[in-house]
Amino acid sequence: MTSHPSLSLPTAAELGATRLGEQQGERWAPGQAGEATAHGEIFASGDEGAGAALALALALDRQQARAPDPLADTPDTRMWLWVQDRKALTRSGRPYRPGLPESLRDRLIHVAVKSPEDALFALEEGLRCRDLAFVIGEISGNPRALDMTASRRLGLAAERHGVPFWLVRLDARRDLSSARMRWEVASAPSLAPRWNAQAPGAPSWQAQLFRARRHPPGQWLLCGDGRLVAETGGAAPELQNTLARAKGGGGA
Amino acid sequence: MLEGASSRRILGIWLRVLALDRWRLGEGLAEGEGADAHPLALIAETAHGPRIAAANAAGLTAGAQAGMMLADARTLCPGLAVAPSDPAGDLAFLEKLAGWALRWGPWSALDPPDGLLVDVTGVAHLFGGEAALLADARKAFARRRLATRMAIAPTAGAAWALAHHGPDGAILREGDDPAQRLVSLPVAALRLDGDVLTVLRRLGLKRLGDLDGVARDALVRRFRNRRSASANPLMRMDQLLGRVPEPLLPVLVTHAPLVQRRLLEPIRHLALLEQVVRDLSADMERVLEGRGEGARRLELGLWKVDGELVVRKVEMAAPSRATAHLAGLFARRIEDVDAGFGIEMVRLRAPWCEPLDLAQRDLEQAGEEGEARGTSLAACVDRLTVRLGAEAVRRPVPFASHMPERAQRWQEPLAPLKTSQCVSDYEIRPLKMLDKPEPISVIYETPDGLPRRFRWRGATHDVLRSEGPERIAPEWWRERGAVRLRDYYRIEDATGRRYWIYRSGVVGDGRGGVPAWFLQGLFG
Repeated sequence: MTSHPSLSLPTAAELGATRLGEQQGERWAPGQAGEATAHGEIFASGDEGAGAALALALALDRQQARAPDPLADTPDTRMWLWVQDRKALTRSGRPYRPGLPESLRDRLIHVAVKSPEDALFALEEGLRCRDLAFVIGEISGNPRALDMTASRRLGLAAERHGVPFWLVRLDARRDLSSARMRWEVASAPSLAPRWNAQAPGAPSWQAQLFRARRHPPGQWLLCGDGRLVAETGGAAPELQNTLARAKGGGGA
Repeated sequence: MLEGASSRRILGIWLRVLALDRWRLGEGLAEGEGADAHPLALIAETAHGPRIAAANAAGLTAGAQAGMMLADARTLCPGLAVAPSDPAGDLAFLEKLAGWALRWGPWSALDPPDGLLVDVTGVAHLFGGEAALLADARKAFARRRLATRMAIAPTAGAAWALAHHGPDGAILREGDDPAQRLVSLPVAALRLDGDVLTVLRRLGLKRLGDLDGVARDALVRRFRNRRSASANPLMRMDQLLGRVPEPLLPVLVTHAPLVQRRLLEPIRHLALLEQVVRDLSADMERVLEGRGEGARRLELGLWKVDGELVVRKVEMAAPSRATAHLAGLFARRIEDVDAGFGIEMVRLRAPWCEPLDLAQRDLEQAGEEGEARGTSLAACVDRLTVRLGAEAVRRPVPFASHMPERAQRWQEPLAPLKTSQCVSDYEIRPLKMLDKPEPISVIYETPDGLPRRFRWRGATHDVLRSEGPERIAPEWWRERGAVRLRDYYRIEDATGRRYWIYRSGVVGDGRGGVPAWFLQGLFG
C-alpha cells in the first residue's frame, strides 16, 4: 500500500506523481494516524449513500488508528454530530439508526437545518465543542454561503479544537475550499459475500483523492466492512485478497 | 420504591377539635371553664340556614352533632349557645402551626382541614428516639392547649391512618409490615370521600383487611373511572403501603432566583439591551452560585414604556450559570424584540433550577470564556437548540416496531436512553432512509420474483445482484385492514449503488390492483 515506484520503468504521469509525492509525503493509506487536524471534503452523488458512508468509515479508521493503546478496551463513548441541510435530507435521506455502524449507533446527535447558513452555524458550534468525537456535515449543491471563507473558518475551528470534521458535498462542483483532503467518491460493485453470490456484499467505493496537503493524489478501491481496506489498482479480486488478509491478521 | 418509602419517617398530627380549641384560645378559657361548661356549638351559615360545624363536650352530650342543622339541635337542647365558626382563620392558624412544627423536622406540610405532616426522617435521635419525639411534641401541643393525636409511620398515608384511627402515639417501625399492622383499621382511615365510604360500606368492606381479601382485579374494575386518589380506595391503599409515591406540598416555599434592573432611561437599542442582559446574567450567576444551583429554564421579562410585556424563555440541556453562556443564549432570542417607545425594566428569573456544584474556576473560565478548550456538550446543544429549535437537534432511539420507518424515534439529545431489546443482527438495514418512500417503476418476474430493472429519479438502473424478499407484514393491531404487506429487496445496480426497495402487496391479495414498488433506503 505504501509501495514505492516499482522496478519497471515508470510512466511520465507516475513520475510526476512520485515527485509530487516525495515533496508532499507518503501515499495515503487507511490505518494511518494522519495529521493532527482532520478536515476533509467528500464529493458524492445525492442518489447514493456513498458520501456519508465514506465519511463514517474515515472517521472510524482515524479513531482506530489514533487509539493510544490498541489493546486497551476503553471504547470512545463521546457523542458525534451529523448536520444535514434540508436539500441533502430530502435528496439522500435521514440517518437510520439500525443501519449505522454498531459503535456509533447510540452516540449520534442529528441536526436537521433548513438552510446552508444554518448548517454552517451548526457545524461551527459542533467543531467548537470539546466533547464531540467527530463532526459530519452534509450539504447539497454549491450554496453561496459555503465559500472559501466559510470553509477556512470551519477548518480553523477544527484545527483549534482538534475535532475531526468531514463535509459531504452532494451533487456539487469542485469549488474553492480549504479542506486538507478532498475526495470524490462513488459506489463500486461490492465484494461477493461468502454464502450468497447473488446478494450485494460488503460495501466498497471507488474513491479519488484529488487534493491533499500531505499526500499525493491517487485512486483507491476502498472497502469498509468493519475496517477500512484499500487497493490502489482498483481491481476487485485484489481487494478481496487484501480484505481476507486484513481479516486474518485482525483475527490472529 | 419500597426501599425509598420505608426509609422515610413521617409524623402525622391530627388536631382533633381545632375549631373549638381556637375558640377557647380566643375567649381565654380552659376546657370546661366558663362558657365552655355549657352546651355550645360553632355554626356555619349555609343556603338552608345555620348548620353546626363543631360542638363542645357539653353540647355533644346534649345531642348536638357536627353537620346538624342548628334548628334541629335547638329542639333537642333549647339552651344551646352558638358562636360563628371561622374556617379561613382555622386554615391560617394551621399554616402557622405547620411552620412552628418545623421544630421536629426539616420539612412539614399542611393536611387540611385539621392535620399536619412533618418529615422526621433521620432526626429522631436528636430527641432521644421516636417515642421521646412524640412525647415532646405532645407536651408542646398540650402547652398550647391543643388537643392532638399523633403517629409516626413510613408513609404519609399510614401516619394519617394511625393518627386518626389508631392508638394515640402509635409508631410503625421500619421493619414492620404496614399491611399487617393496619389490618384492623376502618376503611375511613384511607382518607376517602364520603360517597366512596358509603359504597365500601354497602359492599361490606369495613376494615383495611377486608380490602386485601377481595381480588384486586374486582376492585380495579369497580373503581375504574375514579381518577382522583381520594375517590379510589386502591390508590389510597397503595399510597398507604408506599407502593406509589404521594406528592406533598411543603409549607416552605422555594423562591425562584430573580434579578432585575430598573432603567433610568428607557432603552431602544439592541446593543444597550444586550449589555443589560449581560449584567443580569452576571447577577444571576452570583445568585445561583450562592445557592449552589444552576438554571435549567430562564425567563427574561422586558417591560415596555407603553405598558406591554415581552417574555423570552430559554431552556438548557444541563444546569448552567456561566454568564457568557446565559447571555449568549439570550442574545439570539432578543434580536427580534420590538422596543417600541423603549424598555424601562428588565427582569431575569430562573423558575427551574437544579443543583450544580462549584467547579474549578480557572479551568471553567478557560473553557467557557477563553474558548481555548471549546464548549461543553450541554452548552453546544443549548446553542444549537436556541437558534434552530428543539425539533432540529435530536437523537435517534430504537422503538419496538416491525415497520422500518417506525423502528426509530427521535428524542432530545441529552435525555437518557430507555433500555430496549437489541435489534437482531441478521437484519441488514440501510444507512439512510428517505422520509417518504419514492415510487419507482420496476420490471420484475410477476407475481413475486426478483426485480430486474427499475427507473428512479429519471435514470434507469439494471439490477445485477439482489437479495430478498424479506417480508414485513403490516401491524394489524394498529393499521387499517386494507394496508398491504411489503416485500423488501436489497439490490445493487450495475455501478454498485446499493438500495433498499420494496413491493407493496402481491398480485391477488385482494387489497388493491397491481402492486406498486417503492425505494426507501440507501445503503452506504
